[in-house]
Amino acid sequence: MEAKDIIARRVASEFKDGDVVNLGIGLPTLVPNFIPEGVEIILHSENGFTGIGPAPEEDQVDMDLVNAGGLPVTIIPGGVFFDSAMSFTIIRGGHLDATVLGALQVDEEGNLANWMIPGKLVPGMGGAMDLVGGAKKVIVAMTHTAKGEIKILKRCTLPLTGAKKVSKIITEMGVMEVTPEGLVLTEYNTEYTIEEIQAVTEATLIISKDIKPMF
Amino acid sequence: MKKVISMDEAISHIQDGMMIMIGGFLACGSPHKIIDAIIEKGVKDLTIIGNDTGFVDRGIGKLVVSGQAKKVIVSHIGTNKETGRLMNEGKLEVVLVPQGTLAEQVRAGGAGLGGVLTPIGVGTPVAEGKDHLIIDGKTYLLEKALKADVALIFGSKVDEKGNVYYHESTRNFNPLMATAAEKVIVEAEELVKVGELDPHLVMTPGLFVQYIVKP
Repeated sequence: MEAKDIIARRVASEFKDGDVVNLGIGLPTLVPNFIPEGVEIILHSENGFTGIGPAPEEDQVDMDLVNAGGLPVTIIPGGVFFDSAMSFTIIRGGHLDATVLGALQVDEEGNLANWMIPGKLVPGMGGAMDLVGGAKKVIVAMTHTAKGEIKILKRCTLPLTGAKKVSKIITEMGVMEVTPEGLVLTEYNTEYTIEEIQAVTEATLIISKDIKPMF
Repeated sequence: MKKVISMDEAISHIQDGMMIMIGGFLACGSPHKIIDAIIEKGVKDLTIIGNDTGFVDRGIGKLVVSGQAKKVIVSHIGTNKETGRLMNEGKLEVVLVPQGTLAEQVRAGGAGLGGVLTPIGVGTPVAEGKDHLIIDGKTYLLEKALKADVALIFGSKVDEKGNVYYHESTRNFNPLMATAAEKVIVEAEELVKVGELDPHLVMTPGLFVQYIVKP
C-alpha cells in the first residue's frame, strides 16, 4: 500500500457514526475510501454545504456545485447548502467533530504551519485557521517527511496556522498524540523500527506504554 | 421602483478608487458578466473584498490580471499566480484574512455591528497589530466590520423586486455582501416576474438590492 493510502486508512478509523468532518485538499480527500462499514460521517465543505458526494461523470458536471478546491462534486441525499457565515458557524462554533489537514510543519506543542512560506509561497489561509481553531479534533495527516525534509519539529519555524491546536498526527510511520508532555507515539507501522521513526522526527517521541502496531 | 437596468447603467455606479465586494468562491457564484463589463470600462484603483482572487481567467482574478485592483482583502490567492506576482512586485496590496473572519466582518458590516471578537488567528501573523480582548479567560481578536461602496453579487433566480435565490454552492458570500454595501447590484442568471419566486426560497430579500442586470 502506498504511504498516502496507509495514512488515509488509519485516519478513517478515527471517526464514529454521525461525526461531522471537514477534509482538507490533497491526501485527506482519500479518507472516505476507507471509512468502515456501519460508520456514516457527514462531510462538510467550507464553501457552503454538507454531504459531499463523489466527482460527477464528465457529462454531469455542474459548475454551481464545487468543493472548497473549486472542483466539481456532487451532493448526497441529506446534504444541505448554506452561506459562508453558516459554514463557519459550523466550523468555529464547536459543531465540527474533526478536521483533517496536511502540514508544512507541526511541532510537539501542537502548533501547525501550513499556509505560507515567507518570500516563497503565500497561498493564504483560506478556511484553515478557522478549521484548526474551531474543530473539536484537529488531525494532521501527512507523509512523515517531505522528500527527506523533517516536518515534525520541536518548534515550527514557519508562520503558524494555529497555536497549540493539533490533537493527533498520523503519518505512514505511526500515530502521535499531542499531550502536555509532548508527542506520544501510540502506534507505529511495523515496517519501521521506533529508532527509524525517531531518526526522521526532530521532536522527542515519548513512547506510549501501550504502543501497538498501526494495523 | 424599477430595478432592472442595463449593464452600462450598472457599471456607471462603479468609479475609480471604490471599495467593492464581489461574491463567489473560486469563481463559483461570481457575477462574471459584470466583471467583464468592469474590465471593458476600465475603472481603476479598486479595493476588492472577496473570498479569493479566483483564477487568472475566471472570477475576481480577472480584475487582478487587468491591473484594476490596487488592493484585495481575501482569504486565499493560491489559485491565481498573478496575485502573488503583483504582490511581490509591490503593485498590489494583499490583505489575507481567515475565511470565517472575513464572512463575519462582512456580516457585521451589514448588521450594523462595529466588528466581531474571534479566537481565530491568535498566536499567528493575523493577530499582529490587532486589539486582543480577554473575555471569561479566553483571548479574542477584535476584527472590525467591513462595508463597501458597491456589492456585486450573482443570483441564480432573481425577481424584478430583487428577491434572490442562490442555486447549490453559488450562495457562499453573496447573501452576506448583499447586506453590506451602499449599492447592491445583482447579476441575474434567470430573471422572473414578481410572484414567480416562492417566498420560502428567497435567500436575499429584495429590500437589500438596488439594481438588477440580466446579461
